Amino acid sequence: MSVLTESGLRAADASVPGLDVDPFAIEFFDDPYPAHARLRDAGPLVYLDKWSVYGVARYAEVHAVLNDPMTFCSSRGVGLSDFAKEEPWRPQSIILEADPPAHTRARAVLSHVLSPTAMKHLRDRFAAAAAAKVDELLARKSFDAIADLAEAYPMSVFPDALGLKAEGREHLLPYAGLVFNAFGPPNQLRQDAIERSAPHQAYVAEQCQRENLAPGGFGACIHARVDSGDITAEEAPLLVRSLLSAGIDTTVNGLGAAIYCLARFPEQLARLRRDPSLARNAFEEAVRFESPVQTFFRTTTREVELGGHRIGEGEKVLMFLGSANRDPRRWDNPDDYDITRRASGHVGFGSGIHMCVGQLVARLEGETFLSALARKVASIDITGPVKRRYNNTLRGLENLPITITAA
Amino acid sequence: MLNINFIHPDGRHERIDARAGESAMMAATRHGIAAIVAECGGNAMCATCHVYVGDDWLGRLPAIGDEEDALLDGTAAERLTNSRLSCRIRIAADLDGLVLHLPERQI
Ligand code: HEM
Ligand code: FES
Repeated sequence: MSVLTESGLRAADASVPGLDVDPFAIEFFDDPYPAHARLRDAGPLVYLDKWSVYGVARYAEVHAVLNDPMTFCSSRGVGLSDFAKEEPWRPQSIILEADPPAHTRARAVLSHVLSPTAMKHLRDRFAAAAAAKVDELLARKSFDAIADLAEAYPMSVFPDALGLKAEGREHLLPYAGLVFNAFGPPNQLRQDAIERSAPHQAYVAEQCQRENLAPGGFGACIHARVDSGDITAEEAPLLVRSLLSAGIDTTVNGLGAAIYCLARFPEQLARLRRDPSLARNAFEEAVRFESPVQTFFRTTTREVELGGHRIGEGEKVLMFLGSANRDPRRWDNPDDYDITRRASGHVGFGSGIHMCVGQLVARLEGETFLSALARKVASIDITGPVKRRYNNTLRGLENLPITITAA
Repeated sequence: MLNINFIHPDGRHERIDARAGESAMMAATRHGIAAIVAECGGNAMCATCHVYVGDDWLGRLPAIGDEEDALLDGTAAERLTNSRLSCRIRIAADLDGLVLHLPERQI
């Protein structure tokens, strides 16, 4: 495992443990936990031979990398592909794939559009939609918690909040699936996704234009910032695109995770029913427990010491967010889903300057849905085969057949 | 090493060390002070890192910015004249010994 930089210096000392784990393989997705433990136990810094990248899987190092954005940059891509060497598959994001000071400017716009004040205006609408959805599902009793709940609820509130037209919304989930597969290595998942991407990309490009976004929505609010001179007319559609890429499939998997947790840990559902004010933390803990966004990369901008080893400039470092969120060095009983746990500090939404700018939207969806569920549902039972959905970055299910009973 | 004194609603004192340059929120979460929830990790989005600043200290803090001001209007516990967000308080030598009272609730 000798890694050479262009100058011919050894970038890694041979003591960095090399592992043959492929974190983008189907077998890994089926059960990542034993491999996470191997990665964490091998050392604070590991080398993944399969893709020739460094990896950090312990909480402390993941947190440290996330909080040093000038050394571990995002502008060379937060996937495996290094934008300094390879053309990005789509025009680079001006927030996710940017560093300060450019990032700071774009971030300020989205922070404002997705601020606590903006959430206040949405709360009643989201809560009413959640209550109606739970009533509808209680009438059906048995259904697929992925398609009929985890996808259906966000799809019933988020595209409207954004101001999207009614036609074409069926492209949203495939587009997001594509974006998150594309952060991965050039494996079958990524290649298939990119091959089939043209119609989804065309839809998204169109919807990002100002004239296609309803007044009052997040999209229109972003474009309004062109008038105040905060961003250019070319930047606005790219920021709308960020919400289309990162705003739906993430919450689908977050909500799916929460339902899957409550179905597997009935005593936690009982606690939630006794105290529905725990809904927000029950969602937060599900994001920690399942980590719907499993991984992101950074690229080193200089030689740096990490986990006691020196690594060179221009190296990709893979951060295992899901593993950090279950690191026993940081968490008591990490494999327990506990809705009263102090979950904040988890890295499921990232940490530092790139920490999810849509986190309030995600939490609002999670809280409103789980709060309706806490008041109306007595039990959740898994009634058929649970099938996993495979994606290079997102962790979630394809099918979760359940039966629910009314309180 | 600098110090921050947190005072719980029941009067209990908790003295922690803090590094120059970090925020009071960061120091608190590093020491597991549960009353500082800090849901947004210091990104000025949540107001769950609310504190009441001790009398003698308020004047030594920089003025409240617009962003912080708007967030303080949404705190779970009542906003008082000495309310601040601990993620916006940067620890420096002149704040050694800073006294911060913790609110009853953050959510
Ligand atoms: C449970 C749901 C969600 C999860 C788990 C999640 C996760 C994440 C993570 C881990 C990051 C950090 C990326 C990095 O450090 O490179 C991030 C950033 C981001 N998220 Fe989310 N997210 C969720 C929901 C949302 C929603 C609802 C939106 C939009 C409304 C959104 C928009 C974004 C954007 C634009 C960024 C880039 C921020 C930046 O680079 O400053 N996310 N998200
Ligand atoms: S930690 Fe969220 S506003 Fe201070």
